[in-house]
Amino acid sequence: MKNKALPNTADVVIIGGGVSGCSIAWNLAKQGQKNIVVIEREYLTSGATGRCGAGVRQQWATKANCILAKQSVEFFEQAQAILEYDGDVEFKQEGYLIVSSTPEETAQFKKNVRLQNSLGIPSKLLTKAEAKQIVPHLNTDVIDAATFCGTDGHLNPFTMTDAYYKAAKRLGVSFYTYTTVEDIDVKNGAIHAVKTNKGTIKTDVVVNAAGGWAKEIGEMAGVDIPVFSENHEILVTEPVEKMQGPMVISFSHNIYCQQTPHGAFIMGRGDKNMPKGHDVSSSWTFLDDMSKTVTTLLPPIGELRVIRQWGGLYNISPDHQPIISDAKDVKGFYMACGFSGHGFMLAPMTGLLLSELILGKTPSLPMEDMALDRFEGKEITEFETSVV
Amino acid sequence: MDPNNVIICRCSDVSLQDLYDLFEEGYTTFEELKRIKRVGMGPCQANTCGKMVQWEIAKYFNKPLASVEFHNMRPFTMGVKLNAIKEAADDEE
Ligand SMILES: Cc1cc2nc3c(=O)[nH]c(=O)nc-3n(C[C@H](O)[C@H](O)[C@H](O)COP(=O)(O)OP(=O)(O)OC[C@H]3O[C@@H](n4cnc5c(N)ncnc54)[C@H](O)[C@@H]3O)c2cc1C
Ligand code: FES
Repeated sequence: MKNKALPNTADVVIIGGGVSGCSIAWNLAKQGQKNIVVIEREYLTSGATGRCGAGVRQQWATKANCILAKQSVEFFEQAQAILEYDGDVEFKQEGYLIVSSTPEETAQFKKNVRLQNSLGIPSKLLTKAEAKQIVPHLNTDVIDAATFCGTDGHLNPFTMTDAYYKAAKRLGVSFYTYTTVEDIDVKNGAIHAVKTNKGTIKTDVVVNAAGGWAKEIGEMAGVDIPVFSENHEILVTEPVEKMQGPMVISFSHNIYCQQTPHGAFIMGRGDKNMPKGHDVSSSWTFLDDMSKTVTTLLPPIGELRVIRQWGGLYNISPDHQPIISDAKDVKGFYMACGFSGHGFMLAPMTGLLLSELILGKTPSLPMEDMALDRFEGKEITEFETSVV
Repeated sequence: MDPNNVIICRCSDVSLQDLYDLFEEGYTTFEELKRIKRVGMGPCQANTCGKMVQWEIAKYFNKPLASVEFHNMRPFTMGVKLNAIKEAADDEE
């Protein structure tokens, strides 16, 4: 794919070969759009997608996140067949167990479950004892209660993206890896061309799916996107016999931890003192804090050996909900960013909604809560609280 | 020999034919191969297969071996138990 010369023109140029860019490309092509080009600076999944925790959950605290996640799960359940994929996307639905540590947190969880149930998400509140039945090695001394949703789970980010890539390619989408977008030409308030280190492509439509660099891509087109990037670290252990079905997460202990179908455990946590920026290095502080947290909440995991650690960028929006939108001031500029740490699991809806917007169709869901202009002149008072 | 029967990565059970298929799909670097098929991601962390993978990339794309990048090594070349890390961290406090 990287040996072809860049075309001089395209109908749509998508910047970013992560799961979002690949899903948008496939959704557009499936609805008949021709001449789609995807530009990726390194290789597919080299951004946040290939560095993520591979978790898929519907247990959210805001309505928009709940609906996006639920409808995405419905796609993942069929993804293998819909995309006619020859590999395995490894969608394992063994649930997410979200534990609370205080009665106050449990009270918030009760509200979340009520909202989730009202939207058709089959989550439920569990006592400590019930939680322990699902994850026997859970240390219930440090928790108050839990919620569980059995249709949440794990999905392989590499093969899921590969599935979108291959399906999009079959529909005629061209992919250019190891190609960097350096500037965007805007003429009379409309997109005119995309400049890369390998040539310029004339186009009327640009899609910003650049993950941690979405703000910088916005600046190239003169569009101010209120997002920032932040390193989030993660580690993986040696693979072992299956011992944990669901992902276990705690917002107050600051941890998510699951066993992949391959057998390895992956776990991560946030760091309040992390500076904003594009650094994705690994730290000892993370390892120290992670080992303490996981051995407190899930003691037997302490016996597993860590084999790798790495970092990746969260691209964070003011209300921790994605921006899937056009730009009022620049015609032909679209974006899917600000996923705030949960953009992998939303990719099917990201692709569907943004493609409908681009093609001028009525979107499958109301998109006000995802629009760029929702932040204009407003203090953000409501935001997604269920994030690690 | 049938490339289906030539195993390149023993840890992750990847044959030479698997590599060829990936090359054909447009995946041309070690970093890409390891992500789709776990080539080089097994317990030996590419100690066994790394050189062979580099060699096959060079041959297939007709590039000098020295120009084929090895995959990024991450921290930890040998596993360390989380409990051991926790104890060391506790001792420092
Ligand atoms: C440690 C960690 C754990 C996570 N865990 C989860 C999880 O469990 N579940 C979940 O749903 N989400 C999770 N996330 C979030 C998730 O990874 C992201 O929201 C999602 O992958 C975003 O996908 P994307 O395609 O929008 O962006 P990316 O995957 O970042 O893709 C953007 C691409 O754009 C390319 N690019 C940037 N600038 C340019 C340029 N100038 N020219 C050409 N290309 C460019 C980059 O190289 C990159 O490949 C996690 C993130 C991290 C860091
Ligand atoms: S033989 Fe490939 S990782 Fe061990």
